[in-house]
Amino acid sequence: MTLESKIPAGDIATKWTKYKSTVPLVNPANKRQLEIIVVGTGLAGASAAATLAEMGYKVKAFCFQDSPRRAHSIAAQGGINAAKNYQNDGDSVYRLFYDTIKGGDYRSREANVHRLAECSTSIIDQCVAQGVPFAREYGGTLSNRSFGGTQVQRTFYAAGQTGQQLLLGAYSGLERQVGLGNVKMYARHEMIEVVKIDGKARGIIARNLVTGAMERHFGHAVLLCTGGYGNVFYLSTNAMGSNVTAAWKAHKSGAYFGNPCFTQIHPTCIPVSGHYQSKLTLMSESLRNDGRIWVPKKLNDERHPNDIPEDERDYYLERRYPAFGNLVPRDIASRAAKERCDAGYGVGQSKMAVYLDFKYNMMQKYGRTEASKLNIANPDDETLIRLGKEVIKEKYGNLFDMYKQITDEDPYEVPMRIYPAVHYTMGGLWVDYDLMTNVPGLYALGEANFSDHGANRLGASALMQGLADGYFVIPITIGNYLSKEIHTKPISTDHEAFVAAEKAANDRIQQLMGIQGTRSVESYHRKLGLIIWNKCGMARNEKGLKEAIAEIQALRADFYKNVRIPGSVNEFNPELDKAGRVADFLELGELMCVDALNRNESCGGHFREEYQTEEGEALRDDENYMYVAAWEHKGNTWELHKEELNYENIKIQQRSYK
Amino acid sequence: MSKLMKLNLKVWRQKNAESAGNFEEYKVDASPDMSFLEMFDVLNEQLIETGKEPVAFDHDCREGICGMCSMVIDGRPHGPKQGVTTCQLHMRSFNDGDTITVEPWRANGFPVIKDLTVNRSAFDRIIAAGGFISTNAGNAVDANAVLIPKEVADEAFEAATCIGCGACVSACKNASAMLFVGAKVTQLSKLPQGKPERESRVVAMVNQMDAEGFGACTNTGACAAECPKQIPLSVIANLNREYIGAKMNGK
Ligand SMILES: Cc1cc2nc3c(=O)[nH]c(=O)nc-3n(C[C@H](O)[C@H](O)[C@H](O)COP(=O)(O)OP(=O)(O)OC[C@H]3O[C@@H](n4cnc5c(N)ncnc54)[C@H](O)[C@@H]3O)c2cc1C
Ligand code: SF4
Ligand code: FES
Repeated sequence: MTLESKIPAGDIATKWTKYKSTVPLVNPANKRQLEIIVVGTGLAGASAAATLAEMGYKVKAFCFQDSPRRAHSIAAQGGINAAKNYQNDGDSVYRLFYDTIKGGDYRSREANVHRLAECSTSIIDQCVAQGVPFAREYGGTLSNRSFGGTQVQRTFYAAGQTGQQLLLGAYSGLERQVGLGNVKMYARHEMIEVVKIDGKARGIIARNLVTGAMERHFGHAVLLCTGGYGNVFYLSTNAMGSNVTAAWKAHKSGAYFGNPCFTQIHPTCIPVSGHYQSKLTLMSESLRNDGRIWVPKKLNDERHPNDIPEDERDYYLERRYPAFGNLVPRDIASRAAKERCDAGYGVGQSKMAVYLDFKYNMMQKYGRTEASKLNIANPDDETLIRLGKEVIKEKYGNLFDMYKQITDEDPYEVPMRIYPAVHYTMGGLWVDYDLMTNVPGLYALGEANFSDHGANRLGASALMQGLADGYFVIPITIGNYLSKEIHTKPISTDHEAFVAAEKAANDRIQQLMGIQGTRSVESYHRKLGLIIWNKCGMARNEKGLKEAIAEIQALRADFYKNVRIPGSVNEFNPELDKAGRVADFLELGELMCVDALNRNESCGGHFREEYQTEEGEALRDDENYMYVAAWEHKGNTWELHKEELNYENIKIQQRSYK
Repeated sequence: MSKLMKLNLKVWRQKNAESAGNFEEYKVDASPDMSFLEMFDVLNEQLIETGKEPVAFDHDCREGICGMCSMVIDGRPHGPKQGVTTCQLHMRSFNDGDTITVEPWRANGFPVIKDLTVNRSAFDRIIAAGGFISTNAGNAVDANAVLIPKEVADEAFEAATCIGCGACVSACKNASAMLFVGAKVTQLSKLPQGKPERESRVVAMVNQMDAEGFGACTNTGACAAECPKQIPLSVIANLNREYIGAKMNGK
């Protein structure tokens, strides 16, 4: 099967507009006859479900949490990008497009990224109309901040709770449609199988997590908006329940998995503190607007950070990347932190941390401005700190509180200690321009698809992508498929394909329950995470990846012999739910290593130690690897399909932030 | 590594909605740096490895934002500390040798599913009744077309930080949901975009709240005292004002 990305012809700037005005539509009467299944209610799923229902389609939406409002998107902190150019600082759709392609280290599709940049502006309009309380200036206009990998201020935010506010906006739109009877919501349900009939996706098998009952649901199309798979690492900034199951089941039913090894390690997270740790907490990238990252210049410097004088500090990002300084993209900032710690300059008990220090900007940037507003001439340090602290509090208060809660240290007084942690997955189900996987009628939106971020995602662009996909892309592109389905009557869920899919799901659960070994699901997940973190994390090499593959295979075999799942099938049983998810991670982990081993180059977050410049920067091999690796599941192995990437509008270069 | 604390737990166990529940006692060693839920992870690991059933509890983000975690700890929703959720509570807030009692939210509107897990779908139905601004994707004007004074945006934001956890209901002796409903009504009624539906919204939401079996508000303030997001009591006053205003206009 060849990969058809279905990118419309024509000039990049007008492609999407032209596509929109020529794509086949479904008339309102027919929409009411068409049923769409939306799995996931994060930003991508909630916005898609609400919008498709507004248009008149019959929608069923699913999530595994107790309410659609609790999807992992709720935790996003820092902000959402849009090319509004409200700051008059030279931003434009083209610049956002360019920054995203470059940030992704030239491994994403031009046409998709340009469309994303075009949609970005409408997203902000839509959210404000819904009542999302973005931060504002005194004059009443919207406020912006900067994120990494850009030199303009295009990030819209609501304190450190942007994801929460955006998701509650999308959720309210979704609940409005639930109230109107246009969406039927299934919370505490987990999709565990895609149902295919004559090669097309026609429904799902979902498990009611409260009763354990299997349910069959028909749809003319199925949208997977099920988020990323960062939890394959066990410790990550993702919510505990985030998992790959929906995407993985789709993959095993024929959907190709794109660039699985492209994962994002976020530079600023609270470091691991103990073996019992269940997750890691992000300290938003927005903090790098005002926080300066440093380590001591001296090896094994045991002094308290506040006692280390200015000239004995190594602001290593400012030193290495003067043009972008602390705002270099995440992959670069993470590797630089690892480099310093590996060289022995790390701080804190574990020595696996660096400082993120706000004091300079608290005093010199905000303290001074406030003092001058108040006409205080020659303010002393104490005044500067007092005034600056108020501003910092308003911008990042909830993050500072969270830090204190976890570490018992006050970041207003001492620098934060941070270290990189798994955060986001650029890889995901391969989709074409319409967001359809290679399985007709099966779509993937949001973090679940591989789409727009190449080998490294820039900050504040996942929220943008999720909402672009849901509010503005899928409502148009789905017409391309459904306009041909208007004669398809709803298929009975007694159809043999539904029966077979349900049986497969049941058999799997019985197999898991039948093992009755001695070890908890959690213990396997932890082990898997460690293998992947050590050998397919921030730095990878051929030897390590080969070892990892063997270790994962052995761990998987052990899991199927010795795991213990308490309780029974037909009841609320979170351990059973978790077991199914970990079983899928144990397969995905192997594919990630296979993909990383195949890609003999370094790009973005994928850093193969064998391929680096003399200065330790990622060394791409455009000659041989400028493609999307789309993997087809073949029983015990995978077959690679390549989608070549063509850059017609952006000149590819060695990425430089110096 | 900090020294381990020895704790005695009294945990509510209930097989399902139909069965009667009871307290069970457990012993756990915990590090002061653990979160309360990580302490429960350790307990569950022990239970599983000794062939017993782990305690079912809701959680997801573990950073105080999804609103999923929900334990009543020593009689207080989300435990002894102000302004934090159960997942953000750390064991350093307890002492070596403590006995800690852990129960689910208790309210008619929130039936128990299992152990410490309850059903809060009533909150979704209240939002579906009116907790939104009716606007379809594609309808919006430019985001800066309507200027919103910073103070108004900040006030709306403060109310909008509610995480829908239900601690307010659990804390209230009448199991009233006024703080939750007041927060949403306040957010949307403050903003210019929310004004057109202001009256129909508050009436629809209050009607649904009553239909779900939440109790009346007698102004004891327990809700705001236990709210992890410190949603102020003033949102209830605002809710009452909005409701009376709407009723006077015949809604
Ligand atoms: C701590 C943190 C902070 C972040 N901050 C930012 C930021 O500031 N800016 C930014 O742009 N991005 C940020 N991100 C990234 C961004 O939040 C996510 O990429 C994005 O929210 C993903 O949205 P989504 O809709 O694709 O998926 P999610 O929000 O993860 O939603 C997944 C949905 O799928 C459902 N689901 C999954 N599997 C199944 C199944 N099998 N059956 C049924 N339902 C299922 C879940 O219930 C859920 O509803 C952050 C991420 C983290 C971890
Ligand atoms: S008002 Fe407070 S206690 Fe009540 S649901 Fe919202 S956040 Fe929870
Ligand atoms: S688990 Fe999300 S708020 Fe506690």
